[in-house]
Amino acid sequence: MFDLTELYQEVILDHNKSPRNFGPMTPPPTHQAEGYNPLCGDRFTVYVRLNGEVIEEIRFEGHGCAISKASASMMTEALQGMDREQAGSLFAEIHDMLTGKRQLDALDTDKLDKLVVLSGVCEFPVRVKCATLAWHAVHNALKAQGPATTE
Amino acid sequence: MNAPARIRTTAAVELLAIREQFPTLAQTVHGKPLVYLDNAATSQKPWCVINAIAAYYEHDNSNVHRGVHALSQRATAACETVRDKVRDFVNAAESAEILFTSGATEAINLVASSYGAHAVGSGDEIIISTLEHHSNIVPWQLLCERSGAVLRVIPISDAGDLDLDAYRDLLTERTRLVAVGHVSNALGTVNPIREIIDLAHNNGIPVLIDGAQAIPHMPVDVQALDCDFYTFSGHKMYGPTGVGVLYGKRRLLDAMPPYQGGGDMISSVRFEGTTYNELPYKFEAGTPNIAGIVGLGTAVDFVQAHLPKLVPLEATLMEYAESALSAIDDVTIVGAPQRRVGALSFLIGNVHPHDIGTVVDLQGIAIRVGHHCAQPLMERLGLVSTARASFGIYNTTADIDRLAAAIPEVMRIFG
Repeated sequence: MFDLTELYQEVILDHNKSPRNFGPMTPPPTHQAEGYNPLCGDRFTVYVRLNGEVIEEIRFEGHGCAISKASASMMTEALQGMDREQAGSLFAEIHDMLTGKRQLDALDTDKLDKLVVLSGVCEFPVRVKCATLAWHAVHNALKAQGPATTE
Repeated sequence: MNAPARIRTTAAVELLAIREQFPTLAQTVHGKPLVYLDNAATSQKPWCVINAIAAYYEHDNSNVHRGVHALSQRATAACETVRDKVRDFVNAAESAEILFTSGATEAINLVASSYGAHAVGSGDEIIISTLEHHSNIVPWQLLCERSGAVLRVIPISDAGDLDLDAYRDLLTERTRLVAVGHVSNALGTVNPIREIIDLAHNNGIPVLIDGAQAIPHMPVDVQALDCDFYTFSGHKMYGPTGVGVLYGKRRLLDAMPPYQGGGDMISSVRFEGTTYNELPYKFEAGTPNIAGIVGLGTAVDFVQAHLPKLVPLEATLMEYAESALSAIDDVTIVGAPQRRVGALSFLIGNVHPHDIGTVVDLQGIAIRVGHHCAQPLMERLGLVSTARASFGIYNTTADIDRLAAAIPEVMRIFG
């Protein structure tokens, strides 16, 4: 039996209502990428300013559902100050958590920290793409690839 | 008991009896009895359709049009009987004007490909409308890319009705075809297709009507409409997926080249050249979806038997849904077309439709959320997506009440 409060936890609802690091970036980013979900039309652009290997600032803008927006917002908080390698390693953890590839006990929950509240998403297969959208975008931005799509 | 009340009671009893014919509806989803309000995407199937398909595979399975043995003759006869049924259902002049396709999408692609190759060239124009489903947009864009033709689009009012004045101005001597939906899958707008067809015909231009969203909800008479092509899918009218119909006037179909090459569509094949079969087989290459056609035939019987009662029942249900949803403070109904059938799009506060969909799903209610394969329409309305409830023969006011009751839960979470 699915529980809505597992999916829409208070923290998620709060980030949806008041997304952090939301809006354009000045001075301009060194890296950016768009994430687009053709299924629902959700679209985010993620901006990153790298200082050497370190994420000095990360912001996002666009529109999407509560899950995609909260995930993007929490992502910006988590990645701020990380270097590229740490960001890549966090991406791997969060990806496995959201897709249900690894259960929480097999994940590095210290690394995931607050992002653990997103773990309920894996119980809702059609919503997994919402939660991974911004993460794919930042992954592509840091690899300097084109627009991300979750399809 | 007074007469109107008795009529209502009788109708309610009949409706219950209809509902019991659909096995999928008798289940719980997330612990709640299923309320299925996604009929514009696909309808559920009654036992008669399911049984007809099973019986075909159990007793008659064979290939059509080439066997001399008994089973092949039975399968062939079954398909041709359905062709006659569909002819009667849409009142075509002859059965040869009824072509089986995989669905409305393939039917439109067939016309875009074949009529397009025959009659559309560089600088010519095709008219569609802002309301169209992607399946009545993209085939024409592909044709325009191939031929150098130009796509013209009938604009809509904010209410979601076609702008017929603008349409009149779009009709020119370069227009080769008008292709519009009978009913909008996103807003439920019923288009004034009789007028659209007459205006085109005054200019000698043929008209294709995409009837996928109309055929389960209203009687269609292709001769009275005088449309040149009419397309629909089996699965939205209680039939199986993977089968649909293209009606076309013989005069046009005869002049059009084949759509696909293969078995059945030929009269004789030599390496020096091939002569094509006559209508309708010229457009039916390869083994058709025989079981699907059989199921479609049963669905036609089912719809024909219920349509007279269905039309007023669905109108009452739509009225009820409009008033029940618009009575809720946070709900905005999208569009206010002059006539609406089948589908009702709405928004709840600023809640993203995807989140609405998940919350009501957990209440056992199936609705559609998203752009409904009508992204240009969404863009025109300044939206990315909507929530949509769409109705079928088995839906009741109790289903609407369940949906309305789920909305406060959406607001409790996201309000």
